[in-house]
Amino acid sequence: MSPYMQEVIAMTRRWFQRFKREPMSIIFGLTQPVLWLALFGNSGVTFRNAGAIPGASNYIAFMTGGVVVMTVLNSGLAGGIEMLFDKENGFLERLMAAPIKRSALIISRFLFVTALTGVQALMILGMAFLFGVVPATGWLGVGLILVIGMMLGIGFTAISMALAFSMKGHGGFFALLGFITLPLIFMSSALVPLQSMPGWLSVIAQLNPMTYAIDAVRGLILSGWHISLVKVLIVLAVFDAICLTWSNRILLRGMR
Amino acid sequence: MKTQNVSSTAPRAPTSDRSDRSGGVKPIIKATGLVKRFGKTAAVDGLSLEMYEGEVFGLLGPNGAGKTTTMRMLITLLAPDAGEIVVGGFRVRDDAERVRNLIGYIPQERAVDRALTGREHMALFADLYHLPKAEGEERSAWALHMVGLTDRADEVVANYSGGMKKRLEIACGLIHRPKILFLDEPTLGLDVESRTVIWRHIRELKAEGMTMVMSTNYLDEADQLCDRLAIIDQGKLAALGTPRQLKESLQGDVLSLTPENGDSSVRERLTIALKGLDDVVHVVHRDGAIELRVTPSKTILTRVLDVVNGQGVRLEAIQYTRPSLEKVFIHYTGHQIKDEWA
Repeated sequence: MSPYMQEVIAMTRRWFQRFKREPMSIIFGLTQPVLWLALFGNSGVTFRNAGAIPGASNYIAFMTGGVVVMTVLNSGLAGGIEMLFDKENGFLERLMAAPIKRSALIISRFLFVTALTGVQALMILGMAFLFGVVPATGWLGVGLILVIGMMLGIGFTAISMALAFSMKGHGGFFALLGFITLPLIFMSSALVPLQSMPGWLSVIAQLNPMTYAIDAVRGLILSGWHISLVKVLIVLAVFDAICLTWSNRILLRGMR
Repeated sequence: MKTQNVSSTAPRAPTSDRSDRSGGVKPIIKATGLVKRFGKTAAVDGLSLEMYEGEVFGLLGPNGAGKTTTMRMLITLLAPDAGEIVVGGFRVRDDAERVRNLIGYIPQERAVDRALTGREHMALFADLYHLPKAEGEERSAWALHMVGLTDRADEVVANYSGGMKKRLEIACGLIHRPKILFLDEPTLGLDVESRTVIWRHIRELKAEGMTMVMSTNYLDEADQLCDRLAIIDQGKLAALGTPRQLKESLQGDVLSLTPENGDSSVRERLTIALKGLDDVVHVVHRDGAIELRVTPSKTILTRVLDVVNGQGVRLEAIQYTRPSLEKVFIHYTGHQIKDEWA
C-alpha cells in the first residue's frame, strides 16, 4: 500500500469512527427530508396545472427529487464543519505535523461525506417507495440518482470546507449556513417546477446547479430517461470543477 | 519509503560554523535570525537558537513572548518571514516532510478527538507516520503502556481526564520513534499529580536519549527538567544557558547573618570587616541582619565565618539563598512571570 493510500484510508476511517459514535446525526439529518415527504407530500396538494409535469399525479412523487437534493445540500454544506472543529481544537495542527500530504485529509473528507449523502439519498428513495413512489427508470435510474446526488454533494462539500477555513470560528460558519441554505432551496425547482415560477425567479433558478440536479432526479422518478441528463451531468461536472479549484486554493493555504 | 531516509547519505543542508561552545558538536536544530510578523507586531524578532542531541531545551517566557510561534516554525507548521531553520540536517523550508518524519509534536491544547478511543488514536497516527500494520500495533501497545493507558485504551477519550488526554497525546507523539520531541506547554492547566506524571515521562524519555524542546511558563518546570533554557521576551532572546548558569549570572547569592547581639556598633564593625573579603559584592543591613550579596564560590561561607569569629561575634542565624529562576526571569525580562500554580 502506498503511503498516500495509507493516509487517506486512516483519515477516512476516522470520520467513520466518529460517525459510528454519533449515529443520531444521520437520524436527525434525515428528519427534515422525511418531514417534507410525509407532511407536504401527503397533504393532498395537487397542481392546478398538473399537466406541466408529466406523470406528477401527486405532490409526493414530485417532491421526492427535491427532497433528495435538499438533503444532499444540507449534508454537503455541513461537510466542512468537522474540519472547522479540528481546526479550532488544535487536532488539525496535530495532523499537519505528521508527514502527510495535505490533500489526503481533504480527499478523506470527500470520501466520507459522499458516502454519507449516497446512503441518505438511498434512504429517502426507500421512504418515498413506502409512500408509493416507484422510480420510472428502475434500479439503473436509482443508480444515476445517486451519482447525481454525489456530484452535487462534492461541490457543496468543497464550498463548505473552503468556508470552514475562511471563517474565524464555528459561530460565523453556522450563521452563514443558515443564511444561504433557505434561499438556495427557494431559488431552485425543489418546491415548485420552473414552469410555475415567476419569470425572474426561474431565471435565477436556472443559475442554481441544484435545479439541474432536481429536474434530472425528478425526471428519472416520474417519467424516464431523457437526453437532457447528459447536459445535467456536464453542468454538475463544471460546478464541481469550479468549487474544487476554488476550495483547494483556500484549503492548501490554510493547511500549509 | 523514500521520505524516511535520514541516513548520512541524505542531502544535508550546509550548517555553517562548527566552532560553537559545545566542543564542535553539531546542533540537531539550528535556527538563525527567525522573524515572524503578525500584522505589524513581530511575534518573533530575530531569534537564533541551537539545540543539541539528547538535551531537553526549554523555551521560557511570559504568555505572548513568541514561544509557541517559535515552536510552530521549528515544527514546519509556520513559515518564518525571515531566517533559516535546519532540523536534523534538513532545511525546514525545502524539506518539511523529511523534518516531519523526524519529529514528534505534542501541542498545547488537548488536541485529541473526543469521539475516538485511545487505541484508535494510536492506529490513526501509526498510519499517518506510515508504519506497517504489525509495527504500528506493536508501537501502539508500547506507547499506551508507557503512559499507563493500556487499561483504558478502548474507551472513548471523552471519558478521559485532562491528565489522561495529555498522556495520550504524548503516546501519539511517540509512536514513530521521533528523534526530537516538541512539547508545547506540556503541563499547562494540569493538576499537580498529572503534572508529576508528565515530568516523569519527560525524564524517562531523556534517559533514553531523546532530544526534547519544550516551551513553558512554569519556572519550576524549566528549572527541574531543562538542561538549557532560552528566556524569550517580546520575540527576542533575553538570556540563554543552563538553569544554573542563568542563576549564577545574576551574581546574586545572598548570605544573611543575624548577630546574637543586636547592637548596631557590632554590625558596623562586622560590615567593615566583611567588605574587604573577596567575592563579597555588596553589604546592606536589613531588619537587624547583615545581608551580603556574594559571588558564588565554594569557600565564601567558611571565609565569612572566619571573619565573624575573628571579630568575636556570635551569630543567632545564618542563611544562604540562591536566586530562584524567577529572579533570573525578572532580571532579564523586567517583568514577573504569571505563575498560575500559586
